Amino acid sequence: MSGKPRLTYLNGRGRMESIRWLLAAAGVEFEEVYLETKEQYDKLIKDGFLLFQQLPVVEIDGMKMVQTRAILSYIAGKYNLYGKDLKERALIDMYVEGISDLMQMILMFPFSPPDAKEKNLESIKERATNRYFPVFEKVLKQHGQDFLVGNKFSWADVQLMEAILAVEEKVPAVLSGFPQLQVFKTKMSNMPTIKKFLQPGSPRKPPPDAHYVETVLKIFKN
Amino acid sequence: MSGKPKLYYFDGRGKMESIRWLLAAAGVEFEEEFLETREQYEKLLQGGSLLFQQVPMVEIDGMRMVQTRAILSYIAAKYNLYGKDLKERALIDMYVGGTDDLMGFILMFPFLPAEDKEKQRAFIVQKATSRYFPVYEKVLKDHGQDFLVGNSFSWADVHLLEAILMVEEKKSDVLSGFPQLQAFKARISSIPTIKKFLEPGSQRKPVPDDKYVETVRRVLR
Repeated sequence: MSGKPRLTYLNGRGRMESIRWLLAAAGVEFEEVYLETKEQYDKLIKDGFLLFQQLPVVEIDGMKMVQTRAILSYIAGKYNLYGKDLKERALIDMYVEGISDLMQMILMFPFSPPDAKEKNLESIKERATNRYFPVFEKVLKQHGQDFLVGNKFSWADVQLMEAILAVEEKVPAVLSGFPQLQVFKTKMSNMPTIKKFLQPGSPRKPPPDAHYVETVLKIFKN
Repeated sequence: MSGKPKLYYFDGRGKMESIRWLLAAAGVEFEEEFLETREQYEKLLQGGSLLFQQVPMVEIDGMRMVQTRAILSYIAAKYNLYGKDLKERALIDMYVGGTDDLMGFILMFPFLPAEDKEKQRAFIVQKATSRYFPVYEKVLKDHGQDFLVGNSFSWADVHLLEAILMVEEKKSDVLSGFPQLQAFKARISSIPTIKKFLEPGSQRKPVPDDKYVETVRRVLR
């Protein structure tokens, strides 16, 4: 075993992408195993590999971790991206949970029926611009620091960066009313580990396409 | 200000119930403000107390915390119910993630049309007995200890007990194939703070009824 964390998932974003972002941002190299067939997935379940019969699963530090949030919290804690005390952790958790609600809408989007896609896209735009982005715009404006919490790079910054880029893929001008977030996006893009992750050839996955949707439906159908 | 945490939510379980359970289990007294009207909710919104315009919201230690998971993690850590190190915390987070998914199926149950309820009840029971309960049954059997993680009472135990009781409300004999969980349920229920919470007159909320559903729909519109 190489000692590197090993990610088992489909070859696409889904719920694993936030984990790829966080490991990459922390400068941690990782391996990936891609599920392509239902047989591979059924074997994982039969072998007792998946605690709740679900993905993602990440082998890390001798554990087979499941539950996206548990995995992310562990990585954040291990690599000092979780604030310096309980109160900073509370802020990071609040911010990450809010962003995660927005990301959930984007996660589900490719699976919406064709006649619901326009409405769902409008919801994503509305939530991003009226509920979520204003919060982080205000946080950054009020303290004037580079990072969301404690004047220090944390999981919250990584998660917000991922969300900004994901929404921009759907709503290109979404940051037009958010000058602080524009500056934040530039700063994050220039951080060495993130810059590397944003370059071609990194483990970052492309936006979900029809093939990805097909693979998900094939593998997880009952 | 009393110094006690103050919970803002409807007078019913919803997403706030796990927070009530955890505070109670930790022996922490708390106050509650119940949302009954749209006007109360709008007042909270306008006052800027709801970071993402949503409840639950808990005033605690000078913060107005939102996001159920963030609130629970804070309480767990503050009251030493989150394991002794990162790895125990990871286990607790994984186990709580599972019970959270299971309780999520029950959370939406009262809001379903009557004709969909039976199907959802069967779904809840099927998931509980084939995906979730076997995991915790095995954990307890394998280490033979009283608590799920680190031989020490934690958030994971409180959350699992809450989930067990909620599923039992849907099917009273659901634990019949799970002897470890039956013993666990008896053990955890007899912990003094939890025993108190399970008694009438505590801040535990009853099974959601039509009035609760009506209130939520009216306030959140």
